[in-house]
Amino acid sequence: MEKNVALKDTTLFFGFAAVILLLPILLEPIGANYPDLLQKIAIFGIFAIGFNILFGLTGYLSFGHAAFIGIGSYMTLWSFKLLTMNVVPAIMFSVILAGVFAYIIGFVSLRRSGIYFSILTLAFAQMCYSLAYSVLTPITNGETGLQTRAIRKSSETSLLDGDIRIIDQAFGVQELGVPTTNFFGMAMSGYTGFYFCAVLLIVCFFIAQRITRSNFGIMLKAIKSNQNRLNYTGIHTRPYLITAFVISGMYAGLAGSLMAATDPIAGAERMQWTASGEVVLMTILGGVGTLVGPVLGAGIIKYAEQKVSSWNEGILESFFSFLPETLQHFMANLGVLFVGEGWHTTLGLLFMIIVIFLPGGIMEGIRRIGAKFSRKKPEADTNAAAPQPAE
Amino acid sequence: MDAIFLQFLNGLDKGGAYALIALGLTLVFGTLGVVNFAHGALFMMGAFCAVTLQRLLNISYERVSETETDFLGKPLKEQVPYLQDIVGTDTAAWIGDYSVPLSIFLAIIVMGIVGVIMERGLIKHFYKRPHADQILVTFGLAIVVGELIRHYYGANPIPQSAPNSVSGSANVGEWFGLGPNVIYPWWRLVYFAFSATVIFGVFAFLQFTTFGMVVRAGMQDREMVGLLGINIERKFTIVFALAAIVAGVAGAMYTPILPPDYNMGMDFLVLSFVVVVVGGMGSLGGAVLAGFLLGILQSFASMQAVQNLIPGISQIIVYLIAVIVLLTLPRGLLGRKGVMED
Amino acid sequence: MSAAEEMKNEQSRQFERGTANTVLHIDDVHKSFAGLHALSDVDLDVREGETHAIIGPNGAGKSTLLNVCVGRLKPDRGAVVFDGEVLTGKSPHEINQLGVARVFQTPEVFPELTVLENVMVPALSKRDGHFRLNPFKNFFREKAIREEAESVLENVGLQAQLSGLASTMSRGDKRRLELAMGLIQHPRLLLLDEPTAGMARHDTNATIDLLKKIKEGGMTKVIIEHDMHVVFSLADRISVLAGGRIIAQGTPEEIKVDPRVKEAYLGEEQV
Repeated sequence: MEKNVALKDTTLFFGFAAVILLLPILLEPIGANYPDLLQKIAIFGIFAIGFNILFGLTGYLSFGHAAFIGIGSYMTLWSFKLLTMNVVPAIMFSVILAGVFAYIIGFVSLRRSGIYFSILTLAFAQMCYSLAYSVLTPITNGETGLQTRAIRKSSETSLLDGDIRIIDQAFGVQELGVPTTNFFGMAMSGYTGFYFCAVLLIVCFFIAQRITRSNFGIMLKAIKSNQNRLNYTGIHTRPYLITAFVISGMYAGLAGSLMAATDPIAGAERMQWTASGEVVLMTILGGVGTLVGPVLGAGIIKYAEQKVSSWNEGILESFFSFLPETLQHFMANLGVLFVGEGWHTTLGLLFMIIVIFLPGGIMEGIRRIGAKFSRKKPEADTNAAAPQPAE
Repeated sequence: MDAIFLQFLNGLDKGGAYALIALGLTLVFGTLGVVNFAHGALFMMGAFCAVTLQRLLNISYERVSETETDFLGKPLKEQVPYLQDIVGTDTAAWIGDYSVPLSIFLAIIVMGIVGVIMERGLIKHFYKRPHADQILVTFGLAIVVGELIRHYYGANPIPQSAPNSVSGSANVGEWFGLGPNVIYPWWRLVYFAFSATVIFGVFAFLQFTTFGMVVRAGMQDREMVGLLGINIERKFTIVFALAAIVAGVAGAMYTPILPPDYNMGMDFLVLSFVVVVVGGMGSLGGAVLAGFLLGILQSFASMQAVQNLIPGISQIIVYLIAVIVLLTLPRGLLGRKGVMED
Repeated sequence: MSAAEEMKNEQSRQFERGTANTVLHIDDVHKSFAGLHALSDVDLDVREGETHAIIGPNGAGKSTLLNVCVGRLKPDRGAVVFDGEVLTGKSPHEINQLGVARVFQTPEVFPELTVLENVMVPALSKRDGHFRLNPFKNFFREKAIREEAESVLENVGLQAQLSGLASTMSRGDKRRLELAMGLIQHPRLLLLDEPTAGMARHDTNATIDLLKKIKEGGMTKVIIEHDMHVVFSLADRISVLAGGRIIAQGTPEEIKVDPRVKEAYLGEEQV
């Protein structure tokens, strides 16, 4: 069994890595092979994997993870503005800062469980969001959002409007206008940006996989299964939960940092609780507690968002053109609720449908279909009947 | 002193809205055991009942004016509401003026229907599901409702006006022998009185009717009520509809204070959940107490003097209080043992 | 340190000196629920290596006593001392780490974990302590722990279901799993809350044999049991609890003839 699991894990990891790296080719037939979307898929994949370490393994539903996205984004921008346009220090600082914040928020929130925990995390995220718009405006630039600027000419200029970039200046980097973010000279745009995010996604997947299979991971699963019993087994569950919370907060910080690295602007709307809700949806759509599910969910949602938002009434009219005219108009009028600006309606509906009919998400669906097929082959029957160690 | 009194008043109407939403949330949670993240959406739907009524009243046809002409001397085209033809000009004007209070009736009907459909169609199937699932499905519903509202009513807030007779400000200072500077909008006083009446009504209903007794017993011990052979399912539907109506009328009456938009539901939901948790999950009295308490604290926090002392406090006071209460009084102010402590 | 705590510590030191072979000392424990005395003046000593049975009619306070021992309930007065350490006021995981394991009456397993994992978790807790940050230590490579878990599971007769989920087990099997989860920790003191309730007769006998086997290993056990067949086949000493008080204490032979016990059980069929 041990060898089996190890082999399955290795296969899964390399399979996953291959799929991610080949995404530009694989997604060509559905017209999703442009870097902007691919970057988003990779970034939200990281976010969802991290969220799943908390929600999927321990069952603690956080409604405040978007706060860490925001923290990561702002930190990254400040690293760009003050130090260098290189993304490496920015990412490191962001992940660390998100970890620190996650420790503080987790330390407090994890004193309660169940719905109280959800509300506490929600309250913290809303605090971050409100503060970013009000008192912290000198740091966040309020509603305008924080942006990179050209090097300031005099120290009179506010740091919000002019950057200093100490490290870049020390190395005598010549700037024409506002420079682009880079990874040791390689501009973080287009496919470079995607591959940078993709490699990080694969690393994150690897870490998550190791965590899931580790002693630590099994303790987290035991917490989800029966926390009370675990206490009587001699395990102090709090430090385990806090660690899981910090890890998932750092994942979110990394995702936020990458958002800012590929598109150097940070606004508070990223911290809104609907953004926290979105990552919950990605995770449950793909499959809570599975490794691949959250990434799959992130991919589907981001792809659907791009596609569905770009549709309009005209496209719908032509889509339904095979119908009689009155029916065509009716369908188009109905459909317009769900496309373009109405994308969020689709999102909400999708949310409900998944929770109602497929709480295990797509991975569960695949497993069910797989089980159905393998049942037809009698020799595979015993394998299908014996539950595998948690996927 | 005057300023403090004014802030206290300011907190009352906001607190009234919080209390009304939290009351419904607690009722649903305590009896049905369902965590309803779509409750804010119900409040918003109530608010849009008021908007809808106003629009219905203004449905007009166009006719050529007999008396007035435009600047070229041609007869002016004017919009005439159908209502005016039906009930006469004066009555129509009166109805138009009182559209917000009148929308309570519309809200009661609409929200009652919405409540029944929602409970029968969706919530019913989630009684035995984990709380996380309940949160997620109702969260999805809240998004859908918000987006539909945006689709039909647009993204901008739609101002509603209070009836003329209560549109000015009351010189509250005079009543209490305070300075002449303590003036306060009439409508907000009306809202406070209204919310107090509804809260009183709900409590009286629960206290003095057989139905209410069953509901209260159900909140104490659900299994017990089931064992008594009482058809609790039917009662659940009514409780949910009642909660929806309370949220709906709270929303309809709130429109002159805050112009409703499609985000309103979410904003109020988060706040009222905080209210419920602070008050103590499953405690109706706690919900009301915490609603007013947080409303008043929030308005004190927005005073300039306090703002200077602790910048930004008004934005986060509610959440801060929630965090403190949850950590020091795990069951909230008036919460009972054993509710949501699994 | 408060005076009360100091007194407790002093007590425990005395106790350590005086009766060296006493492992668990329950000292004047009181517990009441809403005015109802569940336990009053309970004094109980459990000696090293013995199997101590606590019997008594329903509602006598047996489960309350056990809950006080493992930290689930806090006594109103008195203290529980285990091997020189005051348990009262400690949290459940600390008590477990001191070497007190509990087997629950209603099976409290990890339903979403496999049977093997269910047993490996307490084993890890025994080896690594209450918290160990090891996010990269592969659980499936814990060979020694797994082999031990497999052998314990074989002892309780669950070797056929190692990779099945605990949620799919029958109630009786869950009880055996519970037992395995307690045994794998090699606790110095094992508290068993009706370990055979709901088991068929031949399963009960198998459990008795198993517990006898462990007894030879020197583990101290406190067992709460209704089934007198189990009690008299296992116990070295018996305490009888009735109405929240210990009314008799002694060897099985002494208890059998004790008139107070007969009185307490009047109307109950077992005696």
